[in-house]
Amino acid sequence: MNIYFKPLKVVIHLLKIENLHAEAGGKEILKGIDLEIGDGRTCVLFGPNGSGKSTLLAAIMGLGHCKITKGRIIYDNTDITGMPIDERAKLGIGMMMQRPPNLVGVKLRALVNAVSDDADAVIKKADEFRMDGFLDRDINVGFSGGEIKRSELMQLTAQRPKFVLLDEPESGVDLESIGLVGKKVHELLCGGPQCNSPNNVSALVITHTGQILDHIGADDAYILVDGKIKCSGRPMGLLKDIRERGYRECIRCGMVKM
Amino acid sequence: MRNGKDVSASLKKKAAYGPDVNIDEFKVGTYAPERIGDLSDASDDVKERMANVGVVPCGASRSGTILFLDNGPSHVSRGSDDVEIMPIREAAKRYDLSEYLWKAVDPGKDKYTSKTYLEDSDGYFIRAKAGRHVKDPVQTCMIINRSRQMQNVHNIIIVEENASLEVITGCTTNKHVNESLHVGVSETFIKDGGSLTFTMIHNWGDATHVRPRSATILGKNAKFVNNYVLLKPVASVQSYPAAYLNGEGASAKYSSICLAHEGADIDFGSLVEMNAPGTSAEIVSRSITLGGRMITRGRLIGNAAGAKAHLECRSLVLKDGGLTLAIPELESSVADVEMTHEAAVGKIARDQVEYLMMRGLTEDEAVGMIVRGFLEGGINGLPDELKDEIDAAIGKANLGS
Ligand SMILES: Nc1ncnc2c1ncn2[C@@H]1O[C@H](COP(=O)(O)OP(=O)(O)O)[C@@H](O)[C@H]1O
Ligand SMILES: [Mg+2]
Repeated sequence: MNIYFKPLKVVIHLLKIENLHAEAGGKEILKGIDLEIGDGRTCVLFGPNGSGKSTLLAAIMGLGHCKITKGRIIYDNTDITGMPIDERAKLGIGMMMQRPPNLVGVKLRALVNAVSDDADAVIKKADEFRMDGFLDRDINVGFSGGEIKRSELMQLTAQRPKFVLLDEPESGVDLESIGLVGKKVHELLCGGPQCNSPNNVSALVITHTGQILDHIGADDAYILVDGKIKCSGRPMGLLKDIRERGYRECIRCGMVKM
Repeated sequence: MRNGKDVSASLKKKAAYGPDVNIDEFKVGTYAPERIGDLSDASDDVKERMANVGVVPCGASRSGTILFLDNGPSHVSRGSDDVEIMPIREAAKRYDLSEYLWKAVDPGKDKYTSKTYLEDSDGYFIRAKAGRHVKDPVQTCMIINRSRQMQNVHNIIIVEENASLEVITGCTTNKHVNESLHVGVSETFIKDGGSLTFTMIHNWGDATHVRPRSATILGKNAKFVNNYVLLKPVASVQSYPAAYLNGEGASAKYSSICLAHEGADIDFGSLVEMNAPGTSAEIVSRSITLGGRMITRGRLIGNAAGAKAHLECRSLVLKDGGLTLAIPELESSVADVEMTHEAAVGKIARDQVEYLMMRGLTEDEAVGMIVRGFLEGGINGLPDELKDEIDAAIGKANLGS
């Protein structure tokens, strides 16, 4: 007899953050974060400037300037708290930085080639990102705000992550480009232009303006204030509250929902 | 004997820069090395060494080849009528070279030049004929074949009026050769409207001392591009090639990429004197210290109106224990010049390494990619073979953390 047991998928939460404390520049920035992101879910993170949103993404990615002092980060049933960045990338975590560094001497084409198993296909699609004129330029050097975001999205598309961290994907993007950025983020989360299959790429998206929400379907939203998650809710609902009443008021009533 | 001056007093004269080498410890290499008729008949050792410095053994896609083993010519071949290639001792018999020999380099400059002068050393003579565009590069190769020997060569390149020429020169030691000394005096003359691209690739043994002495004199609207590549371990290199822009509108560009491995002592600079109106110069250097000493000099001198020049000196320090010193100098004797410089010494920025790691590259791969970009940015239109050599050197250097 040939009985095949399909293993039970025990992962309910793709990402689980427990009591995370972290420092940047010698100062405690994250002051006890608990956060769970379900497999295939898209979460939105709101919060005032300087509240620690980018630092939280840095902690998940493992960037060196963010030092974790307490707590842990579990991804796909693996404790990644002290794992090197590239190993996290290999587990499927990808990130679009708010302000990526200039890479003098490193060409976009070379990086796409190094990152992708099917680089030719991605390079062929450079025009879709309006990046065809940038393949032989140094990454981010002299790029405009929109060009930086489109280049990040092209690199992420080459990488094909299972979980993406997007740090203000719409910031610095002019009105003309915003539609394209939104479309490409949408495709990234769907794993392609057709999004009829249940989307299995999960995401944590930081947005200040909420503009990106016109292009992606988000499931949950959180507000981060002073290094702590202060409230949660439905993305559009929270966004409406923030727009109408500002963070302070929203936090006051948001607390109830926690 | 072509050389009549008494410069024997200079045999004791130390060079202005770089560690001093006792030349008496080295025997002058043979002037009559093995002759190789066809490069494909060369020994595998020689072939391999040539390939490592960009010299194509079969001579394909080259306008000509001249190979020196120790102090004598071993092979000369020519594939173009637009250019003459021969040993300089032969050229001196055929032509009156008095307007060229020791006219760009002072034989009494230091012990290395005076030794070469007193030896009346052989070397290559390359002349691009007036008005001719020499299509493929001429390649020259200098190989030190035995240990504890000194290789002295005296080279002349002449680019006649409105001619254009490209020369690739590869310098190396044969396998198993350890302590040795290379002294190469090169005098180059680019006449009015002429253009020369000269690329020198050094791949010496790690116990070789290297003292090139090069100078180039440029006529009106003449153009000189000089590339220097040093990626492999070496005991010491001290070199300070000079270009004299004596004709109106002449231009020179010196580019160099150097790796100072542990134990290496490198002092490399370039000097350009702008002596005629409307001349321009650029010096770009990229160097990496891997625990060795790396001094990069650059000196631009503006002596005529309208001179324009820029100097860029960038160094990466990848390992502790060595020394990195960038010395950019600008000098002007007239008002109407525009000269600028920038120098930077530092380590690889951590955020750049992390950015690449975020895309899945290991730390070593990330550092390698940044270092490759840094070095390749030093020379425009670097040939693919050299890019491969850079990759190989980076791969061997264990750059990650
Ligand atoms: N590398 C760093 N060095 C010093 N301070 C930092 C560093 N990164 C972030 N910070 C500080 O941490 C706080 C939170 O920053 P950040 O996470 O970027 O906020 P947000 O993304 O929510 O605007 C700010 O006060 C910021 O100045
Ligand atoms: Mg931020």
